[in-house]
Amino acid sequence: MSFTLLLIQTLNGLQFGVLLFLIAAGLTLVFGVMDFINLAHGVQYMLGAYLAVMFYAWTGSFVLALILALLAALAFGLLLEFTVFRQLYDRDHLEQVIATFGIIIFLNQGVKVVWGAAPLNLPIPDGLAGVVTLMPGLTYPVWRLVIIASGLIVALILYFLVSQTRVGMLVRAGATHARIVSALGVDIRRLFMIVFGFGTMLAAFAGVMIAPILSVEPGMGDSVLILAFVVIVIGGIGSMRGAFIAALLIGLVDTLGRSFMIDILRLVMPPSPARTVGPAIASMLIYVLMALVLYFRPAGLFPAKGRS
Amino acid sequence: MKNKFLMSAAATALMVAGVQGLAFAQEKLKIGVVTTLSGPAAVLGQQLRNGLQLAIKDNGGKLGGREVELIVQDDELKPDVAVSKAKALIDRDKVDFVVGPIFSNILVAIMKPVTEGNAFLISPNAGTSNFAGKDCNPNFFVTSYQNDQNHEVMGKYAQDAGFKKVFIMAPNYPAGKDSLAGFKRFYKGELADEVYVPLNQLDYSAELSRIQASGADAVFVFLPGGMGVNFVKQFRQAGLADKVKFLSAFTVDESTLPAQKEAALGFFGGANWAPDLDNPQNKKFVAGYEKEYGGAIPATYAFQAYDAGLLIDGALKATGGKTDNKDALRAALMKAPFTSLRGKFKFNTNHYPIQDFYQVKVVQVGDKFATSIDKKVFTDYADPHAKDCKMK
Repeated sequence: MSFTLLLIQTLNGLQFGVLLFLIAAGLTLVFGVMDFINLAHGVQYMLGAYLAVMFYAWTGSFVLALILALLAALAFGLLLEFTVFRQLYDRDHLEQVIATFGIIIFLNQGVKVVWGAAPLNLPIPDGLAGVVTLMPGLTYPVWRLVIIASGLIVALILYFLVSQTRVGMLVRAGATHARIVSALGVDIRRLFMIVFGFGTMLAAFAGVMIAPILSVEPGMGDSVLILAFVVIVIGGIGSMRGAFIAALLIGLVDTLGRSFMIDILRLVMPPSPARTVGPAIASMLIYVLMALVLYFRPAGLFPAKGRS
Repeated sequence: MKNKFLMSAAATALMVAGVQGLAFAQEKLKIGVVTTLSGPAAVLGQQLRNGLQLAIKDNGGKLGGREVELIVQDDELKPDVAVSKAKALIDRDKVDFVVGPIFSNILVAIMKPVTEGNAFLISPNAGTSNFAGKDCNPNFFVTSYQNDQNHEVMGKYAQDAGFKKVFIMAPNYPAGKDSLAGFKRFYKGELADEVYVPLNQLDYSAELSRIQASGADAVFVFLPGGMGVNFVKQFRQAGLADKVKFLSAFTVDESTLPAQKEAALGFFGGANWAPDLDNPQNKKFVAGYEKEYGGAIPATYAFQAYDAGLLIDGALKATGGKTDNKDALRAALMKAPFTSLRGKFKFNTNHYPIQDFYQVKVVQVGDKFATSIDKKVFTDYADPHAKDCKMK
């Protein structure tokens, strides 16, 4: 029984990690290539979920809602880039943090005005709503498997784009030597816009995929944003591979920690304090992990080459 | 041009009439409201405000024969913000009553500024154990319940229904610990596990797997607001709803059901009221609320705030609309001179209600979802802390 529980919790951790990767991938691109701290990345994830709920109500089809939500999120992201973020690229990090934090407040309030404060709901597409029996006594929701699969597919596509295409080459070069890339005649503004739009879409995709599991509500992006930053710091800023490994690591450590920390503590202390201390330690684990990584490898696990 | 002239003439006439009217009428009754109107919990705070507003409207804009001026403040679910806004209500607006709040930590924060400011604090939701017991306060009245009670209802039900193994879970904060303690006060069977999750956790995949692995025949959870919305959906998605009975408090109610929908069908909660509680005043209230607020079904927060309005109305009628003699007003409040939407209602010595409690079940009503009375669990139930209160 304990082994099946471990197996299923590993799947849970993997699903959480894949979701984190989808969000962190865009963040690490924008931070790495553009040296731009975009705190508003989390609200773009929220916006993806809200847009999907709206388009689903209009079209009644999950696939259509997904496509329309991605396009709308892209359009909105580019609008934000054009009106706000573009003014901030040359400013220092503190000003970027303050301005994008303002956007968080603005958009959290904005969705409340448009869609109301009550949590909204996006149903799982028909046929994917059930559970599968992986082995006797071990069932798992199909949709969570779909999230894992779609996340891995996106990771593969990203890997191909970054390592095999011309844009990907520019992105890699931009992450480490932005000035030189610009001096070589590449329109860095346009590259920034592509990267930014792509990052926005990835965040929105994560929002749409998780919406059937979590309730869609104002502020849903705030907690996930912090985790995404933890992921890119552990993975190495600007590194796609690092973001992938770190996201899975965080997902597994957090989920397994939450599940087994109390059992582990029970070996060394009485059950009642273990029950109180366990959750506290479990929620600290990922930050302890981050501190350790920063201590031993200040640039992260997989620092982008040439960046120090 | 002619129209404009007519309009300003009409406006002038209205103003004169208004001024004359005021000169004869009594001074307006000022009631402050401290409630949560921003953040994920805003839905609950809106229900409170709506319920009180409806009570005033149903009384023709008056309470106790006096016109009412309602001053609504958003506590933002931050105790420090709540304190400064409560102080402003007392010092600047000079209110006679403060109605609120939703959350217990806010109640603890505003208790002193309000009651020492010589106003009455009427809580239409939060009812902590300390104010029911040793810290009970003569200027504090509760129209809801003592916090432990809804959890005790579910504990009693689980015990009576003979569940063998119950998995219990709550957020890791004081109210969460009180909740599970309340459940365990009446449930004496085996616990599959007792789990505390971080406050505002959204994904319960790890806990759901544990429930499945533990072989529990029922779960009891206290996951208010957005936490409950997520947990209920995921519980259903994990295919547990058919195997494990779902017992809860503050997790499936009319504030969360619009998002939970059929995922919560057949799930149980403990409550002192449900929209279909069968009495004429309640039927009128539910219909009126749905009409006034765009078809939304009221939750307990709205009904308890409505009762708070009725309580003020009844007490002021007894004092002839006067609020200056606080002792007389307190004695009038203590008698609970109103017909509660829940039917029977009286105050205990600690100013908390003595009332019936029910096991409620989620049902579908047309295209909406609501809780429905399933079974009475406690009759004339008083909270266990009243014996520690020195008030007579």
